[in-house]
Amino acid sequence: MTPQQARAAHLTRRQFFSKSAVGIGGAALASLLEQDMQAATSGLPTGIRGLEGLPHFAPKAKRVIYLLQNGAPPHLDTFDWKPEMEKFRGQEIPASVLGGKRFSTMTQGQKQKLVLPAITTFKQYGKSGAWVSDYLPHMAGIADDLCFVKSMHTEAVNHAPAISFFLSGSEQPGRPSMGAWATYGLGTESQNLPGFVVMTSRDKESSCGQIFYDFYWGSGFLPSKYQGVRFRGSGDPVLYLSNPDGMSREVRRGLLDDLAKLNEEHSAEYADPEIATRIAQYEMAYKMQASVPELTDFSKEKPETLEMYGPDVMRQGSFAYNCLMARRLAERGVRFIQCFHAGWDHHSNLSTQFKIQCRDTDQPSAALVRDLKQRGLLDDTLVIWGGEFGRTPFLQGDIKDVKRWGRDHHPYGFTIWMAGGGIKPGITHGATDDFGFNVVRDPVHVHDFQATVMHLLGVDHERLTFRFQGRQFRLTDIHGKIVKGVLA
Amino acid sequence: MRRLFLTSIAAVTALLHAEVDFNRDVQPLLSENCYQCHGPDAKARKAKLRLDVKDGPESPFRTEDEVTAIKPGDSKGSDLVARIFTSDEDDVMPPLKSKRTLTQAQKETLKRWIEEGAKWGQHWAFVAPKRPAVPGIADCGLRIADLRKRDAKRADDLQAQLLALAKWPKNAIDSFVLARQLGEGLTPSPEAAPEKLCRRLYLDLTGLPPTPAEVDEFLRACGNGDAAKQDAAVTALVDKLLASPRYGERMVWEWLEAARYADTNGYQGDPVRAMWYWRDWAIKALNDNMRFDQFTIEQIAGDLLPEPTQEQLVATGFHRNHMINGEGGRIPEESRVEYVQDRVETTATVWLGLTFTCCRCHDHKYDPFKQSEYYSLSAYFNSLDETGGNDSNGLANPILNLVAPEQHKKIEALKVEEDKAAAGSDALEKKLREAQPEWEAALLKNTAKLGEPEWQVIKVDDTISENGATLTKQADGSILLSGKNPDSDELVVTAITQMSKVSAIRIEVLPDDSLPDKGSGRAQDGGWILSEIQMLGDSKPINLAPVRADFEQSGSTLQNALDGRNETGWSVGPQFGKPHEAVFELQTDFGYRADKLVSFRLQFLSKEKQRVFGKFRISMTDSPAALLRPIPPEVYAVLAVPVDKRDDKQRKKLTDYYLASEPRLILAKKLTAAAKSERKAADSGAARTMMMRDRATPRDTFILVKGAYDKFGDRVTHGTPAVLPALPPEAPKNRLSLARWLVSPENPLTARVTVNRYWQMFFGRGLVKTVEDFGVQGDKPTNPELLDWLAREFIESGWDVKHIHRLIVTSATYRQQSKVPPGMSERDPENQLLARGPRFRLPSWMLRDQALAVSGLFVEKMGGAPVKVYQPKGVWEDATFGQIKYSQDHGEALYRRSLYIFWRRIIGPTLFFDVSSRQNCVVKTGRTNTPLHALVTLNDVTYVEAARALAERMLKFNTTDDAARLAYGFRLCTARMPNNTEAQTLAAALTRFREQYRADKDAGAMLIATGESKPDAALAVPELAAHTSLALLLLNLDETLTKE
Repeated sequence: MTPQQARAAHLTRRQFFSKSAVGIGGAALASLLEQDMQAATSGLPTGIRGLEGLPHFAPKAKRVIYLLQNGAPPHLDTFDWKPEMEKFRGQEIPASVLGGKRFSTMTQGQKQKLVLPAITTFKQYGKSGAWVSDYLPHMAGIADDLCFVKSMHTEAVNHAPAISFFLSGSEQPGRPSMGAWATYGLGTESQNLPGFVVMTSRDKESSCGQIFYDFYWGSGFLPSKYQGVRFRGSGDPVLYLSNPDGMSREVRRGLLDDLAKLNEEHSAEYADPEIATRIAQYEMAYKMQASVPELTDFSKEKPETLEMYGPDVMRQGSFAYNCLMARRLAERGVRFIQCFHAGWDHHSNLSTQFKIQCRDTDQPSAALVRDLKQRGLLDDTLVIWGGEFGRTPFLQGDIKDVKRWGRDHHPYGFTIWMAGGGIKPGITHGATDDFGFNVVRDPVHVHDFQATVMHLLGVDHERLTFRFQGRQFRLTDIHGKIVKGVLA
Repeated sequence: MRRLFLTSIAAVTALLHAEVDFNRDVQPLLSENCYQCHGPDAKARKAKLRLDVKDGPESPFRTEDEVTAIKPGDSKGSDLVARIFTSDEDDVMPPLKSKRTLTQAQKETLKRWIEEGAKWGQHWAFVAPKRPAVPGIADCGLRIADLRKRDAKRADDLQAQLLALAKWPKNAIDSFVLARQLGEGLTPSPEAAPEKLCRRLYLDLTGLPPTPAEVDEFLRACGNGDAAKQDAAVTALVDKLLASPRYGERMVWEWLEAARYADTNGYQGDPVRAMWYWRDWAIKALNDNMRFDQFTIEQIAGDLLPEPTQEQLVATGFHRNHMINGEGGRIPEESRVEYVQDRVETTATVWLGLTFTCCRCHDHKYDPFKQSEYYSLSAYFNSLDETGGNDSNGLANPILNLVAPEQHKKIEALKVEEDKAAAGSDALEKKLREAQPEWEAALLKNTAKLGEPEWQVIKVDDTISENGATLTKQADGSILLSGKNPDSDELVVTAITQMSKVSAIRIEVLPDDSLPDKGSGRAQDGGWILSEIQMLGDSKPINLAPVRADFEQSGSTLQNALDGRNETGWSVGPQFGKPHEAVFELQTDFGYRADKLVSFRLQFLSKEKQRVFGKFRISMTDSPAALLRPIPPEVYAVLAVPVDKRDDKQRKKLTDYYLASEPRLILAKKLTAAAKSERKAADSGAARTMMMRDRATPRDTFILVKGAYDKFGDRVTHGTPAVLPALPPEAPKNRLSLARWLVSPENPLTARVTVNRYWQMFFGRGLVKTVEDFGVQGDKPTNPELLDWLAREFIESGWDVKHIHRLIVTSATYRQQSKVPPGMSERDPENQLLARGPRFRLPSWMLRDQALAVSGLFVEKMGGAPVKVYQPKGVWEDATFGQIKYSQDHGEALYRRSLYIFWRRIIGPTLFFDVSSRQNCVVKTGRTNTPLHALVTLNDVTYVEAARALAERMLKFNTTDDAARLAYGFRLCTARMPNNTEAQTLAAALTRFREQYRADKDAGAMLIATGESKPDAALAVPELAAHTSLALLLLNLDETLTKE
């Protein structure tokens, strides 16, 4: 605890013990005090509590870092190597593979669907012998820590519905995001930081054009305190965090002390437990004002750590910066850390932008896993890397116009990887056919993925429900099977 | 008042009976635990057994294979009982794998219900409400008698007070509430202090707090504890507030949330739409106290009324408020179907309090609704004259033109300007054509005047060096590199342009004294090699073609910067000490937005070290491409041919070139284009809004398999759910029939659902807590008779909304003080029994309005286009990659009511919390407390500025007496005077703030400079700053934040 925090904690306790506090509803006061005392004695902040009876069983992962690659990276150019495709280069993709499937309107009307093999070369890495694109040397270097799921499939073909589906289990906005479910069920260990933090970054040229809709991290019908708090890429990471210009922390402290005093007095008369909650809320806001700047201060990071994350790490709002922030948030007990990176929607710029995207994301992603591992955090942190769908094995565009080659959205088979808490390292789960088109082994539906993430957190996805509009809702709707094959 | 106490024993007896009640006790258990497999959904049904209906081939009362699920009066003979009590893991119900279990008590309830005869009932909400008799003193006596069985002492106590308590009700509401309370051994709380009641009424009915003068007026009217006077004062005040234009502004908020109203479409691009005409219509309708049935009909089907007025067409905007998805690659029909579904579900939630979403894919699991009935309802909304696409500036057809006369005049004037400019340009062109021979002659003599491309230096938004060099924007728009000098680098430059059509870009590479050898690059000799250049426009790759470089080093031509190879590039050695430029033509069109994002990636990846630009500048032009190049040889070739020998093609080539390069004509055309775009802007800014209008030929409606837009099941026709009253047989198959059906007096839901929402607004919780779900799985009403009485009163009063509001807020129930009686926060945390007045934090939008009002900054202006108030920098830009910029309004716009704040759907106003995201229909928003909320009201400019303005009011109120000032500020915020302890705490706080700001005048000056309104210069800075801090404290008092 910093001296300021200690003082703040002391002040709160003193205020609660002061005789004016008698009016605060007994139960609420007891619970607030208990939290506060726990925080003081164990040094562990308690934050928002989870539900009674959760976790349902011992969790393998205490927290999640989800590196969502928005726009959808092409599985065939990254991890799912299909050498057989070379034989069909430039030829019409066999109708038997295509099977009348639906694509976005960008290629739905395209007359030819010509096979486009990987635009990069692949090599095998590590003891596991995983094939990884040459554009991803850093992730290749940690291949033995990763579990590749090459048999993902989803239902949506457009970005926003697909991301919403991945995160909330529904293509339409309005359901709680995975991080909201996790904090609702499990609470958070961090008292001075939100339990569900979201960070966004984009490729440097904004080539992707994807927007980060706030329903991606919404709390849906869960109380809004469970919605993700977006740390911004510029200025105050948390909106309204800074005191107004000209109001020092000392002036603020005094203001809050008097405010608490007046509120307590009022509480004595009105006996509404809400007033005690209000006092605690203002105190936590004050603490957050100190803890967030401490969180974003990288000055104590070792140079070699910073180096590991690559040249973008000090640029607020970059993917590398967010990856390092993710580690720091994980250390501070944040339950669910969601990093969105947009830049992968290569409909017509596969030849130019794909390589750049790989470079921007490869090193920081790998560094995060290494960094967590070095600190012993990887054992109970689940790291997820992947897009909202894959990209087509066939070409979008004119085969002669190499500079404008692209791939369309492909929901029928794609790859993500997971690492850390409870995940079997160095394996590949599932497979697609020789064209990387359809899943041929161990299919993993998005709901299965969600069930598995919840399982790792010690949550039975069928039992974490919320009643809304007369129905018990859950993240996985009425589906979802745990993917046993990826579990350690 | 006596009249209300006519005895009605019958109404109460049912409630007192200890018998198991199907509706209250049994059906909730069955629906929660059994309906998944034995409910309305035919596809999911198991064992041919239904527990949601009494009769039919799958009735639980039938005997088949000697098994009867429910045998009335015989629990031993009822298989249901056996199956729920068994310990056999294979037989037990609900099955283990369902992860549902019945508690022992629940099992006993079901068993007892069967033993008592298994009386079946229909779900309460599907039976039309009858007006229950208002409980009288005898009913109260019965309630006390019932209580006596459990608590004789308390019953005696209440019996002794009964005559006094019987005087408590002020209207029927109170009689129902009191009867319920007595049965629970409770009594009402005393009436709130007049000033507290005054504030509560103002906030509830107008969304704004009373001024001290208004409080004084009310206190005077109340007299000194004279009950009759006080009643009269309350009635008078309520009448005044109901008549205030602020009333409609306050009441519309929840309606906006229900209607998913916003000022943009949502999704990619998130274009702006103009639906605020509908918002203003709704405010006016509420202020005019339009009957709720009419309010309904006009919004759902105003266009189908005979000779609809313009207002009635605007009203139909209700069902055009949903999101519109214009994402690239989106299938319009898929979107259209989604909009239809949205309308069905919104209608069901708002009017019927029913949840229909699940019927998109299958029969309802709990309520008696079939999937086919969902699609029958959807038929009413399926024939709109819409495509699912986005037609014009965020508006999708059908669009209503509502040009106001003055706007019309302006557009006409601009049209005249446009025509004049076009005529001028045409005339000039004609004249020039006649003068072509002179131009040809001049050209041959090399004296022709050719136009020059007009270059605009780009407004750089952001720069990045991949390898860590420092990029600094210079005053002349160029970018200078310094700091780290990596061996190779890639520079990314992004900018926003408003140019409508970019034809070419120019890169200037400029020498600078700070660079090696005063060159233009960062290599030792001041040199550079541009190995590749890439450009994106509106996120799409742009094909570039080299036009010219003013110099090219041998072997390093401009073409080399576009050949996709890093080893080669454009360079100008050895002339690095001189400025050079290169021009590229764009071969790809891009962008439809006014603000377009462009980005450049300049790569310096040759083998040679540090050959990176040192200083450069990028410009763009929209001039015709003809001006980019010197006169092409083909033109001279044609010139060489004698006039009469030229063929058509040659003549055209020459004339085209002449006209495209003629400076006067270029200017004239530019002016014409400008006039046109100005007219277009006015046109699109003109009053156009979305409305409902059906196609000439209705679409066929089908069941959609799993709700998918392209998977048709059976065809269905218009219709309403069978469990609800039927439509009149002669009703036409259109929305008007649907609207009339919704508000027909027989409809069991609409009136109940609506009054329940009003109740929620005033008391923080509906009589039915699940305001969005009156189905089997919804909560039961806490006071069903009161709900039904209010519903009937609503219908029979002629759907008089203000009448219902008046009844509620003049009731003794509402007027109770909100102090929590001992033990009640544990016993009744949600205040279901209403033994105290409502107390909860104000909605965040009302907090802002209140802060503006108490500070005196508030601007009353009503209606009109939305305003953009203070918002932290970069919020929109962050969310949209800089493509959508927030341009805040100034002046009075900053101080208008929250409901007028511009609502961007993909990222709503940041200063609100616990509000609907306006993405879909919401009839209940949460009330939570997070530290982030406290940060808003402590740190947002809005509140800090309001605090300063409030401080000024305090300082001007009394120039000498601190205590009087503090009391005044406190009273502005809470409507009451501070007590002694509070006054002391405030005084001590002020003293401390004074010391702090006297010691740091600069800080004080900064604090009071917050916001755009100017502080009064006559006030001493430390004094104003100290009072500002004090005022900020007052604005954050729990009492200020709370309606109590």
